[in-house]
Amino acid sequence: MSSWRIARIVAAKDLRIEVHSRVLTNQVLPFAGVTMVIFAFALDADSVLERVAPGLIWLATMFSLLVLVQRSFAIETDDGALDAMRVAGLDPRAIYLGKAMALAVELLVLEVVLLFTAIILYRQTIPLNGVVLLVTTLLTATCGLAAVGTLYGGLASGFKGRETLLPLLTLPAVAPVLIGATRAVESALGTAGAVVSDGWSWVGLLAVFAVTFGVGGSLAFGPLIDE
Amino acid sequence: MDNLPPTPDRSNADTVVELHDAVAVLGQFPALAGASVTVRRGEIVLLRGPNGAGKTTLLRLCAGLVPLVRGSGHILGLNLATQRDSVRQNVGLLGHQNGLYFDLTVGENIEFWGSTVGATEAEINAAMERLGVAERLSDLSVRKLSAGQKRRTALACLVVRRAQLWLLDEPHAGLDAVARDELDVTLREAAASGATIIVASHELERAGSLSTRAVDVVAGQIHGGQL
Amino acid sequence: MTTIDKAPTVQRRSAGTGTPATRILGIITIVSMVWLVAFGLGFSPADRDQEEAVRIMYVHVPTIWIAYLAFVVTAVASGLYLFGRKKSLGWDRLAGASAEIGTTFVAMTLVVGALWGRLTWGVFWQWDARLTTTALLFVTYVGYLAVRRLGGSHEQRARRSAVIGLLAVLLLPLVHWSVRLWRSLHQEATVLDTDGDIDMDGLMLFSLFVGVVAFTLFYIWLVLHRTRVMAMEDMMEDHGLDEALAARRREAATLNGEEN
Repeated sequence: MSSWRIARIVAAKDLRIEVHSRVLTNQVLPFAGVTMVIFAFALDADSVLERVAPGLIWLATMFSLLVLVQRSFAIETDDGALDAMRVAGLDPRAIYLGKAMALAVELLVLEVVLLFTAIILYRQTIPLNGVVLLVTTLLTATCGLAAVGTLYGGLASGFKGRETLLPLLTLPAVAPVLIGATRAVESALGTAGAVVSDGWSWVGLLAVFAVTFGVGGSLAFGPLIDE
Repeated sequence: MDNLPPTPDRSNADTVVELHDAVAVLGQFPALAGASVTVRRGEIVLLRGPNGAGKTTLLRLCAGLVPLVRGSGHILGLNLATQRDSVRQNVGLLGHQNGLYFDLTVGENIEFWGSTVGATEAEINAAMERLGVAERLSDLSVRKLSAGQKRRTALACLVVRRAQLWLLDEPHAGLDAVARDELDVTLREAAASGATIIVASHELERAGSLSTRAVDVVAGQIHGGQL
Repeated sequence: MTTIDKAPTVQRRSAGTGTPATRILGIITIVSMVWLVAFGLGFSPADRDQEEAVRIMYVHVPTIWIAYLAFVVTAVASGLYLFGRKKSLGWDRLAGASAEIGTTFVAMTLVVGALWGRLTWGVFWQWDARLTTTALLFVTYVGYLAVRRLGGSHEQRARRSAVIGLLAVLLLPLVHWSVRLWRSLHQEATVLDTDGDIDMDGLMLFSLFVGVVAFTLFYIWLVLHRTRVMAMEDMMEDHGLDEALAARRREAATLNGEEN
C-alpha cells in the first residue's frame, strides 16, 4: 500500500469527520467572522480598516489556524486514534500529508469566507486583473500554513500545555506567510496603490515556504510524534 | 461446550514474544524493571497483577510504542531496539482507549482501518460479522455505542488489520457478563486461526477458561514468564 | 543479547565543572574583556555624530555575533546527533547549551540595541529588517527551549529537540528573506540605522575585533561549563533511574517473599 494512498485515506477520513461533526462550519467560521467584527471595534476608522483589510484577513486566518489544528489533533487524541495509527505502523509521512491536506482544504474554505467577509465589512473590491494573483496566493499560503500547523500540532498533541505550546511554536514559524500573503493580497486588491506585478515575488516566497515546510514536515513528523 | 483453546503445536511453534530483562520507563519511573517473558504462537497469555505493576507498559512495549531502555526484546523475530517500525505493522494493541473516531460510524471506522491495509469489502464485512457489529450497528455513530460495542468495534479494526499479535489491556473492563463471554469466544476463535494473544486483566476467574497460561506481573517484573 | 548502554560516567577531579583547561580559558577571557573595556571605553575615539554613545557598539555587535554562532552550533550539533553513526547524547547537550546561551545573547542584543536606539535616535524600537528578524529569532529559539523541557527520556528529548533545531535553521532564511523584502518596501530604513553611518577608523575596527574575540572566548567558556552541568544533570537522572530500578526490584522481592 503506497504512502500516497494512505495519505489520501487519512485525508478523506479527516474530511469525513468534518462533514459529520461540522466543527468548521458551526464553530470555526463563526469564530473567524466574530474576529473580523471585533477588529473593527479596535481599529476605529473606516479608512484604517480598508487600508489594513488584507492583513486582518490573514490575522483572522492565523488565529483560526490554531483552532483548526487543535481540532485536527483532538480527534486523534480523544480515543487514542493517533496512537493506534502509530501502533499499526502507518507511515508517519502519510499520516502527516493526509492530515495536512485535509487541514488545507478546511483552511481554503475559511479563507474564502474571510475574503467575502472583508468585502462586506471592510469595503474591499477585487479588480479583475488581480484574481489570478489572489487565487494563487490563497493556494500557496494555505499549503504553507497547513504544513506548519500539522507538524507542530502533532508535536504538541502529546503533551499537557499543548494549547500554549502550539501558538508559541506556530506563530513565529508562519510569520513569513503572514508577511508574504498580506503583501500579495494587497497587490491583488490594489490596496494603497500596490500593483499586481509586485505580488508575484511574494507568491514565490510563499511557494518556497510551502515546499520547504512540506518536505521538512513530512520528515520531521515521524520523530516528533514518536516516543 | 469445549472451553479450552486448541493446544498449540509446540514442535514447530514460532516464538512470538521474547523479552530478557527489559526495562521501560514512563517519564522517569521504571514501569518495567527487568521483565523476561517468552510467548509462543497461538497462545493466549493472561497477565495478572495489581495496578501499577507494569502490565500496560509491558503491552505498549511489545506493541513498539514505548522504547526499550535496557535489556533485549524480540517480537515476531524483529528486534525491539532497532526494528520498532516493522514490529508495529504486525501487532494490534487495544489499550484503555479504543482508537476510534467518535464522529464516524462503526462501519466507517472499520473501513478506514481496512483500507489502510488494502482489505477488500468482503474482508471488512467478515470482520464486522465476526464481531457482531454488522447490520444494525454499522451505521451508528461511535458516540452512541455502549462500552461493549465500542470494544467490539475496536477488535473488528484489529481483525481487519490482520494483526498477528493481539495485545489487550483490560478488554473486559466496562462490559457486562454477556459481553465478556462473547469477547472470550472471539479471542479463542482468533487464537485458533493463528493469532497470538496477550491479555492483561483483573479477571482472575477467566484464567482457566480463556487463557492457556497465566503470568504474574509484579513491580515491573514477570514471574512465570519463561516456558 | 543487545544491551543498551547506561549513561557514561564522567570522572572529574573536583566537584565542580572546572578543569585546568577551562580555568586557563577563563583567565584568557577575563584578560580579553579587560582589553575590550580598555579599548572600547578608553583608546577608541568617539564617533563624529554619536559621540560616546557609539561605544555601545562594542558590546552590541559581539552579542548578536555570538548568538548567530551559537545557533549555528546548535544546528550542527542537532544534525550530528540525528545523522551520526553513534547517537551520542553529548551532541544533544551541546545543542541545548548553545541554544540557551544564544537565546540569552539575543535577548541582550535586543535590550542593548533598544537602549542604543533610544540614546542616538530617540526610539527604543523600529521595524527595520534587522530588528524584526532578531525579534523573530528570539521567539523561535524560546520555542526550541520550550520543546527541550517537554520531558521524557534523554533520547526522546534529544531526538525531538534535534528535529526542532534543524527546522529552526530551515525557517530562519525564510524569515530573513521575507522581512528583508518587506522592509525594502519602506525606504526609510537607512535613515534610522543605528550603526549604518558610523565612520569606522582603524582603532574602532580593532576595538570591535577585540570585542568579538572576547565574547567568543566567553561563549566557549560558557558552553563548556553548561554542557558539563547538563551531563551531570543527565547522570543524576540516570542515577535516579538506577535507584528507582533498585527500589522497584526490592519491592518485587518483598512482594514475592510475602506470597511465598
